[in-house]
Amino acid sequence: MAENTVILDGTGVKRALTRIAHEVLEKNKGVEGLVLVGIRTGGVHLAQELGARLSEIEGVEVPVGAVDITMYRDDIKGHHEHLPVGKTELPFSVEGKKVVLVDDVLFTGRTIRAAMDAIFDQGRPSCIQLAVLVDRGHRDLPIRADFVGRNVPTSRSENIMVAFDADNKPTEVILQK
Amino acid sequence: MGFRHKDIIALKDLTKEEIELLLDTADNLSEINQRDIKKVPTLRGKTVINLFYEASTRTRTSFEIAAKRLSADAVNITASTSSVVKGETLSDTAANILAMKPDIIVMRHSVSGAHEYLAKRVSCSVINAGDGAHEHPSQGLLDMLTMRQKFGKLAGLKVAIVGDITHSRVARSNIYGLTTMGAQVFLAGPPTMMPPGIERLGNVTVCKDMREAVDQADVVMMLRIQLERQGKTLLPSMREYSRYFGLNPAVLALAKKDAIVMHPGPINRGVELASSVADCDQSAIMKQVENGVAVRMAMLYHVCGGEPVE
Repeated sequence: MAENTVILDGTGVKRALTRIAHEVLEKNKGVEGLVLVGIRTGGVHLAQELGARLSEIEGVEVPVGAVDITMYRDDIKGHHEHLPVGKTELPFSVEGKKVVLVDDVLFTGRTIRAAMDAIFDQGRPSCIQLAVLVDRGHRDLPIRADFVGRNVPTSRSENIMVAFDADNKPTEVILQK
Repeated sequence: MGFRHKDIIALKDLTKEEIELLLDTADNLSEINQRDIKKVPTLRGKTVINLFYEASTRTRTSFEIAAKRLSADAVNITASTSSVVKGETLSDTAANILAMKPDIIVMRHSVSGAHEYLAKRVSCSVINAGDGAHEHPSQGLLDMLTMRQKFGKLAGLKVAIVGDITHSRVARSNIYGLTTMGAQVFLAGPPTMMPPGIERLGNVTVCKDMREAVDQADVVMMLRIQLERQGKTLLPSMREYSRYFGLNPAVLALAKKDAIVMHPGPINRGVELASSVADCDQSAIMKQVENGVAVRMAMLYHVCGGEPVE
């Protein structure tokens, strides 16, 4: 029987996102040249939330896009049936932009590597920063997040799940044992 | 829901969910074709052999571009420049190609059922790029994708397919695919080109008059008169065919206002399609060609790694 522990409740998620928004603004000294790119699917919902907070604080709309990494995965051989492909939607050029890549959970780092490959196929950003709601460790690649909502040390057998409501708003983060 | 087939031989073999998955994948992959760098690393290291026993421009090119956009290595073999002209059998050709360790063979063959024969003899995936008068699944899928993009759905659409139904693998794939997806298909064509009992394929209505099929249609799909596949005995004259089964602006006016005109190409201008209709705003012919690349990318992606169907 799986045991679930709530790591962050709705209020905790909101606070974490607000803090990340302030950290993003501080590091980049505002939103000039900044774009947010969420990794499908959870990262996209979080990128939209983060974008809304940045706009509230700065009063300027920050462009938000979505990247699907299915075609960039390095484990295609391991799947008997291929995963469904999502749509990459970047309604702006990433050329010369400061890209903040957003994902819900940072684990092995392979998803982030794939997302960076996908972004570089669209142009050459001036830099890529990484924002995640939860960093659960177990990196396979030398990848580190610039902005982290919550560090949660886990075992490989555990699972972290970010729940969203019908409007795609994050409601809680759960540790499944 | 995944796609577990090793091969794609016919749309008849696919469920509604599998067709939907292929269309969704193609729809999402079409974004890659709009980029400056039109390439993703998905099938890096895979080899795709395009084995074409019949003449083809758009299908072969489309499969080649699709393979290359997924980073696969594509090799083209045409029958006229291969050992087929020296009398080699399909089985021997397949064995020799297989020894070179391809991952996918895309084949066009003039004999219906050739792909099924091949798929049973090779371990790699086989995709049907047209077999005789049987099926042309990639064309059926790209046609359905074009319709779905225009109308947002396939269920409930009225699709008129007009022309040489008997010899058309495009018609057969569309009939199987569209009826599986819940569309209504209306067929029209000279009685000599209408196979008896075709109504048994599903939600298909055979019309005596082309106008009846086109009336209030959402899609008017015209087929090419395939002179290479038939004797002249089936038609009194091209002029008469064009008069009764050619699409001109007056007949098109019977369809719905936002109806689209489709054709698998190449067009016999002035025969099945008036030039003014082929080039009008309602024509989706170039969109079909554009969608062809995305659909073939989706097919290559999903068969690679699939399992033989029991």
